[in-house]
Amino acid sequence: MTDMTTEQVHDVTVNVNGVPRTATVPARRLLSDFLRHDLELTGTHVGCEHGVCGACTVLLDGKPMRSCLMFAVTAQDHRITTVEGLCDAPDARPCATGERMNPAQQAFAECHGLQCGFCTPGFLTTVTAYLEENPSPSQEEAREAISGNLCRCTGYQNIVKSVLRAAEIRTERLEENAGESA
Amino acid sequence: MTTQMFGAPIRRKEDPRLVTGGGRYLDDLGQHALAAAFVRSPHAHARITDIDVTDAVDVEGVVAIYTWEDLPGKVAEPLPLLIPHPTLTHGRTGYALARDEVNHVGEPIVMVVASDRYAAEDACQRIRVDYEMLPVVVGIENARDGEHLVHEDAPGNVAAHMVQQNGDVEAALAKAKHTLTLDLSIERSACMPMEGKGVYARWNDEDGELRIYSSTQTTTGVRAAVAAKLELPLAKVECIAPDVGGGFGVKIMHPWPEEVLVPWAARLLKREVKWAEDRREHFISSAHERGQLQTVTVGFDDEGRVLGLDVKFWHDNGAYTPYGIIVPIITSTQLLGPYKPGAYRCEFRSLYTNTVLVTPYRGAGRPQGVFAMERTMDAIADYLGIDRAEVRSRNFILPEEMPYDHGLLFQDGRPLKYDSGDFPASLDKLKKLVGWDDFEAYRAQAELEGRKVGLGIGCYVEGTGVGPYEGGHIVIETSGRVNVATGLTTQGQGHQTAFAQIVAEELGVRLEDVHVTTGDTRKMGYAVGTFASRAAVMSGNAIALATRNVKAKALRIAADALEVDEEDLEIVDGVVQVKGAPTTSMPLGTVAVLSNPLRYAFDDAAKAATQFAGTFDPDKPPVAEDEEPGLEGRDFYSPTQATFANGMHAAIVETDPVTAEITILRYCVIHDCGTMINPMIVEGQVHGGVAQGVGGALYERMAYDESGQLLNASLMDFLMPYASEVPHVEADHLETPSPLNPLGIKGAGEAGCIPVSAVIASAIEDAEGFPITSMPISPVELWELRQRHEAGEIPSLRHPHPAPDPSNTQEPTR
Repeated sequence: MTDMTTEQVHDVTVNVNGVPRTATVPARRLLSDFLRHDLELTGTHVGCEHGVCGACTVLLDGKPMRSCLMFAVTAQDHRITTVEGLCDAPDARPCATGERMNPAQQAFAECHGLQCGFCTPGFLTTVTAYLEENPSPSQEEAREAISGNLCRCTGYQNIVKSVLRAAEIRTERLEENAGESA
Repeated sequence: MTTQMFGAPIRRKEDPRLVTGGGRYLDDLGQHALAAAFVRSPHAHARITDIDVTDAVDVEGVVAIYTWEDLPGKVAEPLPLLIPHPTLTHGRTGYALARDEVNHVGEPIVMVVASDRYAAEDACQRIRVDYEMLPVVVGIENARDGEHLVHEDAPGNVAAHMVQQNGDVEAALAKAKHTLTLDLSIERSACMPMEGKGVYARWNDEDGELRIYSSTQTTTGVRAAVAAKLELPLAKVECIAPDVGGGFGVKIMHPWPEEVLVPWAARLLKREVKWAEDRREHFISSAHERGQLQTVTVGFDDEGRVLGLDVKFWHDNGAYTPYGIIVPIITSTQLLGPYKPGAYRCEFRSLYTNTVLVTPYRGAGRPQGVFAMERTMDAIADYLGIDRAEVRSRNFILPEEMPYDHGLLFQDGRPLKYDSGDFPASLDKLKKLVGWDDFEAYRAQAELEGRKVGLGIGCYVEGTGVGPYEGGHIVIETSGRVNVATGLTTQGQGHQTAFAQIVAEELGVRLEDVHVTTGDTRKMGYAVGTFASRAAVMSGNAIALATRNVKAKALRIAADALEVDEEDLEIVDGVVQVKGAPTTSMPLGTVAVLSNPLRYAFDDAAKAATQFAGTFDPDKPPVAEDEEPGLEGRDFYSPTQATFANGMHAAIVETDPVTAEITILRYCVIHDCGTMINPMIVEGQVHGGVAQGVGGALYERMAYDESGQLLNASLMDFLMPYASEVPHVEADHLETPSPLNPLGIKGAGEAGCIPVSAVIASAIEDAEGFPITSMPISPVELWELRQRHEAGEIPSLRHPHPAPDPSNTQEPTR
């Protein structure tokens, strides 16, 4: 049996939501726990701890990644975006209630794309990355795009609707931004 | 004029916070608390002979290790049996930590408290428990044969035996021209919310006060249970449900062992302690539902009218019965659906098995009951060669027969009496929506293309809004902010929006000025909980009543100050004004200042209010007799009986002729929950319910092996539907308001999932041409049924394939 009475620790520095963050953690600290408990960014949720439910999905250098399947040390020097960071995306805008929201966040709130909201951060990061790849998905493509995330509340119907609406909002904002910079 | 709030599909107030990472779920709290982890039994039935923690105490970060022997007083006693029932003659509950015997895999035996969860789990790994194995009882058949016993003092493994009856069933069956007997079964599934359970406790040693946060569906229940166990005055215990990541029933059970142990350890250690359940723990130590075997005998006439219905079923209640026998009681009553059963008898036995306990899961016993009844309706239709929808309509309770009393007792101990509903109208809508009358043409076309399709139908009635009561509390601040509290909890149902809509409409204020708190015993100590589709009915009406009280008071005070008759006043967008002459007005906030005759002009609102101070009478007290300061009101709603929502679903499925893969092509819902507060939220509830129903019909089962090991205790192996498995739901509503409550509301939380297994079974049966009697059904199982059907082991349906054989007069058994 390995000696568990003393555990080696490492300084881990990760750029999280545009800010370099450092914490001293054991090698086995999961990225999800690092974000939630060491950095206190609790927006990222853990639903299964084995990569199946997608609730803990964050963006690693812009690509969706299950944070419960990565060790914090392996994220060293990488760029992580959590749900909190989506509000700082270039296409995020203040909504009627004052919060800044990116297109996916805005669309989920508009289309009743969430009920308890626990799985929602994982959907939002997944959808945000997906729309970079496919800016105007069909309904079938939207359904496929979210088919790696579990939701127990919504029956997915309004999430599919939210993905399509997010694409619309995103396109509108890109056009507005292009207009402003022209 | 104020925009209409009640009945409008208003966007949820809670969403901006939840989509931006501002949710606060249980594990988001107490970041610096100590963490608890548990050694749980790896065996389904065993005696504990020794526990050795020696190797664990040195693990860095370990603070404490507890076994049953460390537990004092009431903490060491068995957990409470929450809902006793006279027929539950052998109720049994476990201990917070196992005493000397374990009865299912996952039962907690040792609690470790450490600096973090990693350290706590390290220590758990080093604890050695010795066991003496006992014979294991898994599955209803094994429990029923009684060869081995789960509890030595529960003969035949029978926890409860109950019979309810209305009329002489034997005579009715003997007289009936036709009888059929069906043997049916339905599997275990589980609520499986995305957030597991969790408890976080803070002990305040200076004040001798305990605060518990729990991801519960009933904070008042947890508070009372913990106060009793820890022998603390109720007034010294607070319980708060923060954001809760789904419940679906499993979080109504309480106290869970951890809800007792974590607060107990927090007090003992004078440290904050937290436990957040992981997914494996949720599978093996939370609760499941659904498992039943059923035998239905029905007698009917040539028209398909049911004359007598005799139902026997066996219910798997798992290892303990802390939540009583609510589930099988609901099955035995709600089985009747929208129909008149003639003479009815239902007899059930609730049986112990060495598997995790069974408590209500969304639908709570109804999916099983509806499965029994709807399979019976299809069997009658098939037997007589009558259209399945037609047979149903011939048995419907008609609108003019409402209220309809079944002569039975419902789960709340009150009469099973339907308040309202229009079943023929619902069926008519459903048939149009799904294209019932055009289906044979569609089937013929599909057959030409080599495709097998089937149409299924299922109807249900759901008792919702059970009592005993809920309360509403409302305070209007001098700023005009309206604070509303109700004691029941929220797990994603949008209560902060729906209840705010009620207040905004009743009071005449803007939605954004209404702030709703749920599930916080500091704000409302009297409450029951969120289950049985009761929140909108119970708290909705209580809040409406409380709002009416406070509005009456506001108008009385404003009338005084404005020197007008209160009858002439109205409130629009938070301003009290004279009807038709809105220049004579004052903000509701100002009325709040006037209602509280302080002498301090502490802010501008208070200063402004002085202009309305009027002439005061030195002979009268500033606050009149029987009056209280402040614009504050509280009221409770307590109904005489449950409301009864209803609905009907239809689905078209396709079964692959080679692989037997089952695809739902269309799913249609007609739903009647009385008056809707927010149709968008109601539809969301229906969508989610159908998705869970589809899981139960096609994918989810708890795969226990014969030694009581759950073989699929992960989301990798337990198949919960993703977006790729859930059909688009086409939903339409009928609103038959409940005459029982001021708002005409019935509950909507569970409806979506109730008939799904029945509907899918009906559709597969229709596609395949042989009976489907067991759910869920996988492609492999369907394929095997096909083989057995081809081998002549399973009879064909008589209708529509093949046509009935007029020479065969023998009564078939299915």
